[in-house]
Amino acid sequence: MITIIDYGAGNVKSVENMLKKIGVESILTNKIEKIKSATKLILPGVGHFDYGMQNLQRTGIIETLDKKVLVEKTPILGICLGSQMLGNQSEEGIEKGLGWIDMDVKKFNLNDSSLKVPHMNWSNTTPNKKSKLFESMFENPRFYFVHSYFMSPNNHEDTLCSVNYGGNFVAAVEKENIYGVQFHPEKSHKFGMKLLENFANI
Amino acid sequence: MKRIRVIPVLTVDNEKLVKTIRFKKPNYIGDPINAVKIFNNKEVDEIVLLDITATKEKRSPNFSFIEEICSEAFMPFAYGGGITSIQQIEQLFKLGIEKVVLNSCIEDNFNLITEASNIFGSQSIVISLDFKKNIFGKYQLTKESGSKKIQYSIEDYIKKLELHGAGEIFLNVIDRDGTYQDYDYNLISEVANITTIPVVACGGAHSIESFKNAINSSASAVAAGSLFVYRGRTKGILINYPTQDQLSEEIFNKI
Repeated sequence: MITIIDYGAGNVKSVENMLKKIGVESILTNKIEKIKSATKLILPGVGHFDYGMQNLQRTGIIETLDKKVLVEKTPILGICLGSQMLGNQSEEGIEKGLGWIDMDVKKFNLNDSSLKVPHMNWSNTTPNKKSKLFESMFENPRFYFVHSYFMSPNNHEDTLCSVNYGGNFVAAVEKENIYGVQFHPEKSHKFGMKLLENFANI
Repeated sequence: MKRIRVIPVLTVDNEKLVKTIRFKKPNYIGDPINAVKIFNNKEVDEIVLLDITATKEKRSPNFSFIEEICSEAFMPFAYGGGITSIQQIEQLFKLGIEKVVLNSCIEDNFNLITEASNIFGSQSIVISLDFKKNIFGKYQLTKESGSKKIQYSIEDYIKKLELHGAGEIFLNVIDRDGTYQDYDYNLISEVANITTIPVVACGGAHSIESFKNAINSSASAVAAGSLFVYRGRTKGILINYPTQDQLSEEIFNKI
């Protein structure tokens, strides 16, 4: 059972659809009691950093989440904006992030004018360390990205994989029980299904 | 290697999958949900679903039908057809779509682009432009499936779209729809030179080579209808899509 954190994020339905497809039960909630008993969490997200953080603050569950993630070490997967929110702050706004991974979120600054922002495309990426998320992954995994900002971890070892778009940027982070993917597994065919299945099996 | 998005376009008459020629003579193809399932297996980059009779019949988007399709779409999914209000756009995003495609309602309501892109991000707001040649052989922007002219010049209209926060331009050429006569590369370059918004080329693709040429004419992504639902020009129905190896060899390594 995966608990999807409900704070008004946009891509929830797609995440639910894919979990259902791979036979993983999920609930969407922001009730403290439900979060407390969660065994696995997904923090979805699409949109503006401040909008996301403010909405999450409004649910009043951040303290509970801190305890779940940092003390109880419940596995959590952040997706897209949800992944960026795992960090300290973002150049997109002024709100503080959750601060679970020591990273900042930066705006693309590309010299090549043929490259558009947002980066909206499929990209191949493979992990540069062993990760449960990528266990038995299909060959040449590719994922769908839509983002104008990217994660920049301060500790190299928190980087799980990178992608090249006018330079290398971090596509996923992993630190103990905390996972974050810049891409959208819920929209990435069998590669996304495998990744979500792996997360469900952690 | 540089990847680009190669996008099948599914046109529906309400719940029936059809394919037109020059936006006319809709030919029944089959069940759109079945087509989406096949495109899942073929791991397509993205799908654009357009309800081509919604505006004409003054229908709202068919939400229950779109929801059913979305639940089977494990790739980015765009929907267009009959959208006129921000409430409809909100409803569509709740169903799990990634992008809305707007067209006929925009000339009288550019603010809808701004309103929607402020909430959902400009990357999820696609404007479809239907180009059609007039009797003098010059391209004219049209709406309502080509039945009405848009009163702006091409350049003025696109500048306005950009100013209001459009995230992507879906460039469709009615004269070439379903004809396999190739994209109009000059038009693609012309439009891409007017704006920094990514341009998706559509209308007339005859092969994978068309895709490569469109990208080399400054399109950011390519789309096609007939090519992905018919087997060659003999028009046997066959939902198809190039393999990753084909795409790499014939496009990604050549652009």
